[in-house]
Amino acid sequence: MKVKVLSRNPDDYLRETKRDIQKVPRNYDPNLHPFQSSREYVRALNAVKLERVFAKPFIGNLDGHRDGIFCMAKHPKSLSTLASGSYDGEVRLWNLTKKKCISSINGHDRFVRGLSFNPDGTRLFSVGDDSTIKVWNTEELDTPSHTFISQSVLYGISCQWLNDKVFATCGDVVQLWDITRSQPTSTLKWGVDSLHHIAFNQIDTNVLASCASDRSIILYDTREVKPMRKIIMKLKTNQLAWNPMEAYVFTAANEDYNCYSYDTRNLESPINVHKDHVAAVTCIDYAPTGLEFVTGSYDKTIRIFESHQGHSREIYHTKRMQHLTSVIWSLDNKFVLSASDEMNIRIWKANASEKLGTLRPRERTALEYNATLKEKFAAHPQVKRIARHRQVPKHIYHERNQQLESKKKLKRKEENVRKHSKKNSIPYVSEKKKNVVSEVV
Amino acid sequence: MGKVHQRRIVNESKNKLAAKISEAANVLLPENSGYIIAEPGEKTTKISQTQLSNSVDVTSAKKHFDLKLDFGPYDIDYSLNGRQLLIGGRKGHVAAMDWITKHLMCEINVMEEVYDVKWLHNENLFSVAQKKWVYMYDNQGVEVHCLKNLNNVLHQEFLPYHFLLSTASEEGFLSWLDVSMGKLVTQFNAKMGRLSLMTQNSNNALICLGHTKGVVSMWSPNLREPVAKILCHGNMITSLAINSNGMYMATSGMDRSIKVWDIRRLKGPLQDYKVRTSPRSMVFSQTGCLAVAINNVVDVYEECCTKTIQHAYLRHNIARTINNLAFCPFEDVLGAGHDGGFSSLLIPGSGEPNFDALERNPFQTKKQRKEAEVKMLLEKIPAEMITLESTVDEVDINTFQTKLTARNSLQTVKPLKINIKVRNKIKKKTLANPSKIKEKILEEKTKEFVRALNARPKDEIDEGKSTRFGVLDRFKNKRNKKE
Repeated sequence: MKVKVLSRNPDDYLRETKRDIQKVPRNYDPNLHPFQSSREYVRALNAVKLERVFAKPFIGNLDGHRDGIFCMAKHPKSLSTLASGSYDGEVRLWNLTKKKCISSINGHDRFVRGLSFNPDGTRLFSVGDDSTIKVWNTEELDTPSHTFISQSVLYGISCQWLNDKVFATCGDVVQLWDITRSQPTSTLKWGVDSLHHIAFNQIDTNVLASCASDRSIILYDTREVKPMRKIIMKLKTNQLAWNPMEAYVFTAANEDYNCYSYDTRNLESPINVHKDHVAAVTCIDYAPTGLEFVTGSYDKTIRIFESHQGHSREIYHTKRMQHLTSVIWSLDNKFVLSASDEMNIRIWKANASEKLGTLRPRERTALEYNATLKEKFAAHPQVKRIARHRQVPKHIYHERNQQLESKKKLKRKEENVRKHSKKNSIPYVSEKKKNVVSEVV
Repeated sequence: MGKVHQRRIVNESKNKLAAKISEAANVLLPENSGYIIAEPGEKTTKISQTQLSNSVDVTSAKKHFDLKLDFGPYDIDYSLNGRQLLIGGRKGHVAAMDWITKHLMCEINVMEEVYDVKWLHNENLFSVAQKKWVYMYDNQGVEVHCLKNLNNVLHQEFLPYHFLLSTASEEGFLSWLDVSMGKLVTQFNAKMGRLSLMTQNSNNALICLGHTKGVVSMWSPNLREPVAKILCHGNMITSLAINSNGMYMATSGMDRSIKVWDIRRLKGPLQDYKVRTSPRSMVFSQTGCLAVAINNVVDVYEECCTKTIQHAYLRHNIARTINNLAFCPFEDVLGAGHDGGFSSLLIPGSGEPNFDALERNPFQTKKQRKEAEVKMLLEKIPAEMITLESTVDEVDINTFQTKLTARNSLQTVKPLKINIKVRNKIKKKTLANPSKIKEKILEEKTKEFVRALNARPKDEIDEGKSTRFGVLDRFKNKRNKKE
């Protein structure tokens, strides 16, 4: 007879010295882990609650400007550098880690309308209401290394990617400049009185887009002599941002409270409408991943949208923040910066509940595990409700309800009109197409 | 490729990888389960405990011992990690000990009858069902709580993942008590008479009761009637056991038979064994051994659920009437509480060799225990989630489809045609157009019809009445039968 009885040697299961960590033998046999799905659900519920508990997105603010801030620019190479320009013509360079102003100068006589770094971050271009383009050395803002005087007004500037010399400005026309020439190398015009924003595509570097005050968005190619295409919408587009990962996608922040993502290959209708703001969207910027973008609005809130989703995943607001003028998503995908009317630049976390700083391995695995659980149980009503819930300011809450009500009324009216008119005489228009007037080639 | 599709593919590959890794990890498990290899021609049934303890190492041999106590019959319980033993004699003797080191933690006499003892979530607390009420003691034997809303309790079961202490009382009351908050979750009369037989399904946390009519009923705290009932024997059920993964149930009746059932199907017994007398107590081990107490003899059967076996794996005669059996988790040990005290028997191959330290850890330190307690409390599953089958992580397609079809059928239902005759001549004054009146009446009738449809109870929409005749229908009231 041969017998074996379970007999564990305690030395195999206990730590040798007090300085060791305890031994944790694992056995993944499902029989030893009953109620796995129920326990996971409870864990997911806890995780999503904790996420809301730790959601403290505001990090700090940069104050120093003596007037409202009109524009900001992110440094392409240095994560800690930021440039901002205000209504009184002051240009400031900031160090974000220290939350301090590095240098400042009264660059323009009136508004600073646009700021842009060149691709290697050595020069900062600024345009102002005094119709000058000034080029600054980013080490220290003292005297501009170049000053260009434009014949027309200037409202925006954008540097071409991967090319240190070329930049474009907009005003009543779009002008392409070379830094070695004092006159614009070419002028592109499409019967518009003023263009207030311009942006180069970061991948297809010859393409640029601008927003015009006649409610249109115009696409240009630097290699062509004429503008390429134009979309006319029902209301004005305030700003647009190119998706940094998908060369053909840009998103326009519109006056009608929505953002519209367009595919340049088919401009007939937007590929997505992003709704949630309750006032005009004034500014927009993409995350470097291209999966998300941030918008600032006249309703005094910042919202973060997932680029393929119709509604925002996050809303940021503070009591003192006024109308947003400019937003930026930092290049490390961790922070969002916002500039507003009341002279402050605010720094927010891109992910409200994220823990900053280095994570210990155990901490990281726990967070990753929680993230997976949240994803797995995202559709469960209880989890969904907690994850979605946001406290919003009263004015937003009421405004939103009001807008919903008025939208309902319009819908009802349209339905009634349809009922009482000839069949098929009033077509159903999709939400995407509703706010697009036409595309002009 | 769409984003959803892409994500699904990624997830699938991740899952496959995880399964592969966990399978590979099985190779690394340090321990192997125990066994007896008999000489050719020798039966393992004949091997006695003294023989066994003589042929194993010293530490294992010490695991076979007897406690001669005078307050029997004894009820026993091992703690969840298998380190501590709790015994309670009918005459009031309660003792808690670390049975491996034989260190006595506490010993008290409660001065009244003790019906059942149970460890709670760790070895710091245990509850004792005494003559009148249920009491909770800490590991020093100090009375912590007296639960006066649990009276005349005969049996207790602790559901560790839900932190529920469920009890069955002499008057037929079933109750679930949340021990983390001290709140009674539910308490109701099962209307099945005296509840003397109770066990839990550790896979879905349902409480199983055995009744005198030969029925086994399963209960959840969310329903005041049994979730399921099986007619197992023609007469009284004497003992009941469910294996650790909740697949098989063994029942024994006064008809001197042991039947093994597949709980998931609730249909015909898988096995039907005949024994000498009807067993008093049965229990499954972690590896699926079934221990049966028949008067003063313990029989242990191996793999008796899937195969029909002829002989017992091991047999031991205790010489006193056995009251209660319990396998020690993670050890090859079977504990038996009997009239004359307690016996610890070696059953090679009955314990799970490799424990998961994050789940149950026999070598737990004090700090680990504290941490584990917090974790357990954080992961406490709400009592509302106790169901026959958990579908938390599944898509409920059936319910959705029935809902959908119900809604669709509602849309296609047309109101009955109504013949309306409008009297044309109401003297001279005909105020309204007769056709308009007709229209109005029709509209009103349709609205009424729709309202009535919407007001229908949900069950009526979901499913028609089943006309199937079940075995258990004979237990229904005659009034219910007619319905």
